[in-house]
Amino acid sequence: MAELLTLTLKVNGEEKTFQAPAHLSLLRLLRDNLYWEVKCGCEEGDCGTCTVYLDGRAVKSCVTLAHACAGHEVWTVKGLGYADDLTAKLQKAFVECGSIQCGFCTPGMIVAAKHYLDHDGRADRKAIREAIAGNLCRCTGYQKIVDAIYNVACELSNNDLPHNSKLKTQNSRLGLSGSPLGGVAHE
Amino acid sequence: MSNFKLVGNKVPRHDAWAKAKGEQLYSDDYVMPNMLYGKVLRSKYAAAILRKVDTSKAKALPGVAAVLTAEDVPLNEDITKFGQMRDVGGGFEGLYKVLAHGKIRSKSEPIALVAAETEEIALEALKLIEVDYEVTEGVFDPREALKEGAYVVSSEDQANLIMETKVEKGNLEAVWEECDLIVENDYCTSPHDHAYLETEGGMAWLDENGIITLRVGTQVLEHYRTIAKVLKRHHNQVRNMSIPMGGGFGGKEDITVETYLALLTVATRRPVKMVWSREESLEAHAKRHPEYLHYKTGVTKDGKILAQQASIVMDGGAYTYLTPWVQMYSTINGTGPYRIENQECVSRSAFTNNTFSSANRGFGATQVNFAYERQMDEIAAKLNMNPYELRLKNVLKNGDSLSTGFIPEGHIALTELLQALREKMEKTPKPERLPDGRKVGRGIAIGQMSYGRLCFLHDSSRVAIRVELDGSVTLRAGVPDLGGGQASVLAQICGEELGLPIEDVHPFIMDTHLTPLAGTTTATRQLYMSGNACLVATRYVKDILAKKAATLLSCQPHELTFYDRKIFYTNDPQRSLPFVTVVGHVSNDGELLFHEGQFNAPFSEVPDLTNIKGRILPDMTYTAHGVELAVDEETGQYELLRIVAAVDCGKAVNRNSCEGQMEGGAIYNQGWVMEDLAWDKGITRNNSFATYLIPTALDAPEIETVLLESGGGLGPYGAKGVGEPADNDICPAIINALRDAIGVSFFNTLIKPQDILKKLKG
Repeated sequence: MAELLTLTLKVNGEEKTFQAPAHLSLLRLLRDNLYWEVKCGCEEGDCGTCTVYLDGRAVKSCVTLAHACAGHEVWTVKGLGYADDLTAKLQKAFVECGSIQCGFCTPGMIVAAKHYLDHDGRADRKAIREAIAGNLCRCTGYQKIVDAIYNVACELSNNDLPHNSKLKTQNSRLGLSGSPLGGVAHE
Repeated sequence: MSNFKLVGNKVPRHDAWAKAKGEQLYSDDYVMPNMLYGKVLRSKYAAAILRKVDTSKAKALPGVAAVLTAEDVPLNEDITKFGQMRDVGGGFEGLYKVLAHGKIRSKSEPIALVAAETEEIALEALKLIEVDYEVTEGVFDPREALKEGAYVVSSEDQANLIMETKVEKGNLEAVWEECDLIVENDYCTSPHDHAYLETEGGMAWLDENGIITLRVGTQVLEHYRTIAKVLKRHHNQVRNMSIPMGGGFGGKEDITVETYLALLTVATRRPVKMVWSREESLEAHAKRHPEYLHYKTGVTKDGKILAQQASIVMDGGAYTYLTPWVQMYSTINGTGPYRIENQECVSRSAFTNNTFSSANRGFGATQVNFAYERQMDEIAAKLNMNPYELRLKNVLKNGDSLSTGFIPEGHIALTELLQALREKMEKTPKPERLPDGRKVGRGIAIGQMSYGRLCFLHDSSRVAIRVELDGSVTLRAGVPDLGGGQASVLAQICGEELGLPIEDVHPFIMDTHLTPLAGTTTATRQLYMSGNACLVATRYVKDILAKKAATLLSCQPHELTFYDRKIFYTNDPQRSLPFVTVVGHVSNDGELLFHEGQFNAPFSEVPDLTNIKGRILPDMTYTAHGVELAVDEETGQYELLRIVAAVDCGKAVNRNSCEGQMEGGAIYNQGWVMEDLAWDKGITRNNSFATYLIPTALDAPEIETVLLESGGGLGPYGAKGVGEPADNDICPAIINALRDAIGVSFFNTLIKPQDILKKLKG
């Protein structure tokens, strides 16, 4: 058995301490601790179902080491839905637009969409498609997912809600960029 | 029927919020105290003789609770069942083997099962199992497999031929001479993976009474009978309290982890969890049948098809599974949705040492759809005729018979669909090139695919409704929900009938011990079958309520309207009672507002397979799709610019779900053109999502869906099923559009940029 090491990080706003072996991924750490909303579709960084929000950007938790997140802040779709207005808007739009079929990609997809809109994402269907290109969906053909994100983007620009413009836009598709391994663009 | 409140609208599904919030749990999202992890040891070779399996070292590893091989399985060999109520016979049910013995028929065939304290220990134990293989040559092409003297795939069956089927009409030989033009081509289709984002997995444990209890997402709840048989238990000793799937598409129609889990939990008397990795899933579960198709079509110079002959060889892979059933679909749909007086389709399926083939969205209709729609464009090109005109001239119309001579009861909307498609596609003239220099092409295709299972399976469904004393409704049905909204639409139908909002109806689904068996979530059957069963059940309790309300409101039951949680006298809405009040009155009378409604599909007997006639499937859904794309002649890259997807869905019961099926189906079919498993002598070279590339949001174009509502379906409110019909047409339309753009023809489904370059450079 691999040696267990202690790490502390914030999950959904709560400070948590875990025991985990050095090689454990953030995905496994979260799922082992019953954050079931973080889904495992491939565990190789290809499908995006495990996408979480780490220090203000979407990352693929399966290719992020848990211990590299010590001292950092992780949010899952479940936590964001209660704490973050934008995520709540996205959830509502996904429900109303029929963007959810089997729902397995949804938790990661909503986090990817939040990243896009938090980083100056506009109501531009092509740009939305680029932003979620690292999150696979087999059910919907993406049409209604793009619809939902587009609708929220329109709503945001109409209301002129402040965007989180302090963070640099960076493509998070590979999972590593934006994670503590890839150099974090947080303050 | 004119004032629908729920039916026909974009009603959010009952489970959408749970999924949006991350509350929905799937097969992998449970743990239990004292739980073990299960793993499968799979063959390293596609063709071999299994000489010996030595598990002693694995069993000795600390933390290993059980290692099982074929000899530990109470009934290791039986016939494959797919939830049907009867054994069909006639070669339709093939050999089902739980763990390998004798000949190894494919790479990743299961050899042994392990249960251990941790996943790591289980994986370590797999490495310690010593397998003695005698590697053999194998056969990987069904055409080779059918030749005399070919390598014999199985040690149990005598030959590689699985089944031979034929459908014919008219007299082909007599008309070839009358034809002005005969077009003859060979086509082939690739294997295709379902690539649902949730891999196969689940849990099993023994309950306090020793009942084998599973929590495994499956399209076929009725597999509990097979699991019981394998373990030599009574059917009532196995329960699957199933759970929504993260996608199915036919890939969770065969048994996946269920028998393995049941065996391991019985052997260890502890809960066991098993989840397949993506690699394991891509290598081990069924694929869409690769088919080799030959088409010969005779036409007059003005485009009337006089004769069409198709012959098909299907790659069944290592085991029979659903091959004979899929073959029925390929055979009877072989000549397409066209009125052809003289036609014939002959199909043969064969074992090979490839991963087994079985159900995949479209179920055999998709392969022939590719071939007959490519053939139509080749004919149109040779006649210098517009592809719409050629199709309009030949499509089936109401009153026409299908290849088997059966005249469908449902509406055939092909003419309307083609016109609607043309209107959308030709709204703007096609540019020759885009400003960036890429050539533009447009292509179309139409399709025919059934909803409901083969009539000789004697399919039925049951749904139970119970109105609670506060006026809410509990709906119970053994309906597996794979993400198509199979359960939610039942709540919508029930709510519509009783005048309740959807949130007042709670669907409790898919538990073999608790829900009425509603049949499989396959064959595009749930809306048709369970939707009708739901209507039967709901209208039964509605009748009781209406009779009571009529007494209370001094009118006749038929003069009442159920709406907005009230029951009205239709002609004077002032005279009304709250729904819950009437429920209370019925309850006071000592009557329970409960009913289990059943719906039966039309039943027929197994046809003569050498001359298939009659009603093979309940009815057909028709589609028409158009694609516009741009090709870069320098690189061979092509990009889909837009898709128009038109279907006659009869009635769009949930508009969002219906559109969602069409959109998802279109991109699923697009994937067939780009996804490559890279089979190499039975080995799946592309066994990850890094190499097996399914469409991303950037690959998928914007989709415009046209829902035609003829009301001419056999489902509730005249609905037809759309789930599988949606997965037609796009692949041939893309290839037809490539031809339109750059003037080159392809006769296979998988098209890579380098293939285009090669053709362009001649």
